[in-house]
Amino acid sequence: MSDIIRRDPRAEWIARNRLHPLHAAMQPVQHSWMGPNGVIRKNVHGIGFIGPNGIKRIDRSGAQQGGASKRTAAVEVQLPLHQVPQPAFHICVVPDMVGGRLSSQDRDLLGLAHQLAGSEGAVLAVVFGEHKESAFATAGVDRLLVLDGEEFSGYAPEQRVQGLRAVDNQFHPRHWLLPDSRTGGGELGRRFAAALGERPATRVWQVKGEACIGRAGAGLQDLARPLARLILASAECAEPVSETRHEALPVELSTSVARSLSRIEDLGAVAVDPGAIPMAEAEFIFSGGNGVKDWALFHQTAAALGATEGASRVAVDDGFMARDRQVGASGTWVTARVYVAVGISGAIQHLQGIGACDKVVAINLDPGCDMIKRADLSVIGDSAAILQALIAAVEAYRNEAKRDAA
Amino acid sequence: MSTQVISLVSIGAHPTSGRPRRAEQDARAVELGLQLAGNDLQVLHAGDVAEPALRAYLGMGLDELHVLDNPEGADALPALTDYLRDAGAQVVLTGSQAETGEGSGMLPFLLAENLGWPLVVGLAQVESIDNGVALVLQALPRGQRRRLKVRLPFLATVDNAAPKPRQSAYGPARRGALHAEEVEVVDDTLLAVATLQPAKPRPKRLKVIKAKSGADRMKAATAKASGGGGQVLKGVSPEAGAEAILKLLVEEGVVR
Repeated sequence: MSDIIRRDPRAEWIARNRLHPLHAAMQPVQHSWMGPNGVIRKNVHGIGFIGPNGIKRIDRSGAQQGGASKRTAAVEVQLPLHQVPQPAFHICVVPDMVGGRLSSQDRDLLGLAHQLAGSEGAVLAVVFGEHKESAFATAGVDRLLVLDGEEFSGYAPEQRVQGLRAVDNQFHPRHWLLPDSRTGGGELGRRFAAALGERPATRVWQVKGEACIGRAGAGLQDLARPLARLILASAECAEPVSETRHEALPVELSTSVARSLSRIEDLGAVAVDPGAIPMAEAEFIFSGGNGVKDWALFHQTAAALGATEGASRVAVDDGFMARDRQVGASGTWVTARVYVAVGISGAIQHLQGIGACDKVVAINLDPGCDMIKRADLSVIGDSAAILQALIAAVEAYRNEAKRDAA
Repeated sequence: MSTQVISLVSIGAHPTSGRPRRAEQDARAVELGLQLAGNDLQVLHAGDVAEPALRAYLGMGLDELHVLDNPEGADALPALTDYLRDAGAQVVLTGSQAETGEGSGMLPFLLAENLGWPLVVGLAQVESIDNGVALVLQALPRGQRRRLKVRLPFLATVDNAAPKPRQSAYGPARRGALHAEEVEVVDDTLLAVATLQPAKPRPKRLKVIKAKSGADRMKAATAKASGGGGQVLKGVSPEAGAEAILKLLVEEGVVR
């Protein structure tokens, strides 16, 4: 962005117009502080400027306020803070945290929790292990409890149930909310329900007052029932929190979690053939387009990374990849968590197909293409050289891991 | 010596017509049981012995099927718990959830809790059983598998990742025997307060654009997918670029 100060007539107009919703954001920062007698003081001398004759001028036309500040198209609007200093009760949410972040179902669940908590209750999120989430505050978490420790890592459902029981004993939450998902929430919730002896409401998709509706059987019927204490909710059970900001105050358990004797030992993930995983549900897709010249190297890199292969329409039309590998509007809409695009410029149809992807990495020669704008990490350069370096780097990484283990 | 395996089965419902049939996941549990134990497999059902759809399980090559005679609306859990406690089985297989009734999928969890057995969710394959320890593969979402070591006896649920069930043949289905057993009937308390109704299609979520100004709404309606905040590495060596990519892939946990 250039440093030339440009006039923004629209911003000036907003700064003049006290009725405009963005009026406050366009005002110059006025320094104010709390005085010794509890009165807010303002430095009224801060505004205005000294005119050519040495006289102070205050320009209320907006030219000074709105125009002088640098143009920022997207004004960061500060959402109002929702505080619960003394919660009357807690609503506990155990988000899935797939990949260490809140999934959309987790956000829906937090929205449902706020619907149940009202203004008196606090929403307590219980998170196991390390997380990478930085937006707990805007997702609607009033209190955050991180159960961290060696015993909760990996697949340890029995230990996690012990952790939840400790939370239950300390906070006595009015409701427990878990996502009814295959990524862990459904299993953990049912184990926890069996341990507590509570009968959960499962596959709930609507909560209204003191009643809830969930799918029953194979989906041909609905079960309307009184609201249970433990709720396993399906996706889109409520609107996510979007209009408030929350404190996300960290809390801790006062007691230590009982260690359960593990009867199920996790021996780790098993390598599966990435080509056999359906494209629509593959977690990690390595996709090639028009910019790939050496297809043998492309396949070799995909094998080295252990990724499912994908392709853009051009690569499929040119016969380098099979039709069922096409990503985009006329191919498959993928849901990968990580999508690596090699030599794909990012036609709008392709970008639609990867709309649900979490992290996009682009390798491309053209720094101005649309894929670079979408990508979280882009490397500008010749794809063949980068792919070769990538194979070498992966091999070095694996060797190091092996040496560390030995 | 082969391990003693019991598969629990229920009556399913056809997804379109709602007609009674063998339940899809329970049939997979029977298939997995047949692969594990062969002819020694025991199949157990709690419910009405007169239901004709039960014979579809016999058609998979079973000689007999045990039925704990329960009327509709009764709680199957106490009868199954009592039976399994004395049956001496080492592996009990069930589907993940029933196709009729509440279908909460709680039964295997409650059984495991009552019996004090470990429970494996989403069993895809049993690799080996020896010395009272089983090595099993658990199906995870997105086609992934996880290897677990679990002590016998254990309970396992199977879902659609388990082997496809064999077809049910008419002749064996007629010839097979149904052994009914009288059990104490316990009523399900939920049915007194809850009502089953035909499933309503769920409303499609609308994309609500919370823009305060017309310009923002216009942008939301027309803008292409934009990240904007992405990191762009320009003019770096291929090695440095590859390092950065690998770092991201390792952070996301997709390269192991």
